[in-house]
Amino acid sequence: MDGDLSPQDKKDLDKFIKFFALKTVQVIVQARLGEKICTRSSSSPTGSDWFNLAIKDIPEVTHEAKKALAGQLPGIGRSMCVEISLKTSEGDSMELETWCLEMNEKCDKDIKVSYTVYNRLSVLLKSLLAIARVTPAYKLSRKQGHDYVILYRIYFGEVQLGGLGEGFQTVRVGVVSTPVGTVTLSCAYRTNLAFMSSRQFEKAPIMGIIVDHFVDPPGTNQRAANMGQPCNYRAPDEDEGMFAGVQDSQEVCTTSFSTSPPSQCVCTLSPSPSKLSKPLPLDSLPLPMAPGLVTHNLYASRLSYQPAALGGAAEFCHPATNANQAGREGGVLVPAQPPHGADAHLTVEHAPNTPSSSGDEDGLLQSGEGRGSVSPSDPMESLTAFTRKVGAFVNKPSTQITAGSLDLPFAAFAPRGLDSEDNDPMRPAFSKDDLLPMDLGTFYREFQNPPQLASLSLNTSSQSMADDLDSLPEKLRVYEKNMDEFDAFVDMLQ
Amino acid sequence: MNCRSEVLEVTVEARQVEEAMLALLHTVLLHRSTGKFHYKKEGTYSIGTVGTRDIDCDFIDFTFVRVSSEELDRVIRKAVSEFKEALSNSGSDGMGQISLEFYQKKKSRWPFSDECIPWEVWSIKVNVVNLANEQERQICREKVGEKLGEKVINVVEVINRHEYLPKMPTQSEVDNVFDTSLKDVQPYLYKITYQITDTLGTSVGTTMRRLIKDTLAL
Repeated sequence: MDGDLSPQDKKDLDKFIKFFALKTVQVIVQARLGEKICTRSSSSPTGSDWFNLAIKDIPEVTHEAKKALAGQLPGIGRSMCVEISLKTSEGDSMELETWCLEMNEKCDKDIKVSYTVYNRLSVLLKSLLAIARVTPAYKLSRKQGHDYVILYRIYFGEVQLGGLGEGFQTVRVGVVSTPVGTVTLSCAYRTNLAFMSSRQFEKAPIMGIIVDHFVDPPGTNQRAANMGQPCNYRAPDEDEGMFAGVQDSQEVCTTSFSTSPPSQCVCTLSPSPSKLSKPLPLDSLPLPMAPGLVTHNLYASRLSYQPAALGGAAEFCHPATNANQAGREGGVLVPAQPPHGADAHLTVEHAPNTPSSSGDEDGLLQSGEGRGSVSPSDPMESLTAFTRKVGAFVNKPSTQITAGSLDLPFAAFAPRGLDSEDNDPMRPAFSKDDLLPMDLGTFYREFQNPPQLASLSLNTSSQSMADDLDSLPEKLRVYEKNMDEFDAFVDMLQ
Repeated sequence: MNCRSEVLEVTVEARQVEEAMLALLHTVLLHRSTGKFHYKKEGTYSIGTVGTRDIDCDFIDFTFVRVSSEELDRVIRKAVSEFKEALSNSGSDGMGQISLEFYQKKKSRWPFSDECIPWEVWSIKVNVVNLANEQERQICREKVGEKLGEKVINVVEVINRHEYLPKMPTQSEVDNVFDTSLKDVQPYLYKITYQITDTLGTSVGTTMRRLIKDTLAL
């Protein structure tokens, strides 16, 4: 059957299915983060937005997906599943839904891979975006927080729906025929959420899942003994959130379509060779891929991608230095390896408003060379906002002023006779502030020991509680006398 | 070529009309919009990127996804707003229908104007109800949210049948198939129309025709 497909078409089809699987996982997990998603349209093709859709890539999610796939593709009898479950603060958990990307034997030999299949996969992703907001787990995920969190787990192989309880429903997102089979995307979701709606998290039947970070090797039919990852998840031992060693050839989806008649349809989907001949210095790369990838309100909720703190963020930029600290248990991280020969294609083209795709993750981490021109993008604005330190010391012009000439608060406290800033150890750097004649240090010193409040001072302790109580009747009399006035005031406020 | 016609029916409270219509129209348009085409030499073209945005409804327990295009959103909101206005002016038992029609233009020779040939029509029938108290409104919020979810599933089901779509046009014909007026996305050519049904169950259009006929008969 595959023999009827040209080698180029076969290669393209495999690539489409692979990236479709990765994007499917991203859409599902991002829809369960608990926040609204927003991505920008771009009139110019960016070359890195697969299926012409702006779907950001959360690195951990891509990592998990690739780990589950382990180099295989969803195929006949080999389904990729994303399981969404809920875990309460007491530790109880419940499976909510399972999304399945499957393939069956029904082939369509005549369909054009590079054109029709690609476009239909794009439509299917849009359908997934829509349906992911419709299943019951969406509302639950929007309300996650203190009482419960939403977890995801990706596995490959046989679909397991046993944990969804009785009476689960299935919704089919869509199908796309290809020359090698029909891709089907569906969601099976639990309907028995009664105890959830009452917000009483009684002991739900435990599913017998062993909490274990490590997923069973792919290819086994055994249920992965893994509770799943929250999306504030950092992969085990990934303190710095690195994914060194995820070796895969990433290709730019620079898709061109032809307006020629279908029989002559040409799709030039060409891998884009790395355009950089030398590695970029890592610290020139914009700060964390991760925050850049998830710029829109994705860091607030439990199932939210929380980029590393500034310190961690800085480390993102320097995977080269950390890439070989592979002394982590479980071997989750693999030391960076040199890129493959000719296959080390990197995602190098980025439009300003397209943050890195999964390709960049690899580009960033390949042998620590950090090849990958990740250009700052519009989402990077929020990134900058996120990562910029609050300006503690602001350099301001240092014109001379006299305290008396200024009608400013604290003008009286302006430093006198301090010709040189060096004399004053409390004077912060760059504090020649002519707007406020008093520097921070002086202010701090002057107001370090404010006088106590009169009501709290010892002199007033003589006003004992007894006195307070004695004065109460008088106060009550006054209030009663003026009750009408008070009522009028309250009415005025309403 | 037969025009595909799909009908969706919803029952909502007056204040939910706008959001319910936006949710369904945007869901359809999400699937019927592509990135901007950029034609190159040798008859090839590349396609821009479509972004998406989650929109929470205020009066319905529902979130829908629309294309990230403020221009497109403005156009749809305007149409929905007019529809809602017409519905509320029609009386308390408001019933109406808003239609989203996708069409292709077929060039005709002068003096004939271009022909618009619809290939897909989505009609959303709306029944507006009045509710007595807050408790009923709260229930309605949730119920309408569930109903809209079902409608989204219906829409997706139809679209994923992958039935007729206009052929991808050459550069000279792109305006016959797509609306290229927006700067960030490119929906198929579409138009939005609506009809209001009066309390007698007849559409306003029908009533007008009857009045004119009666007048002429005198």
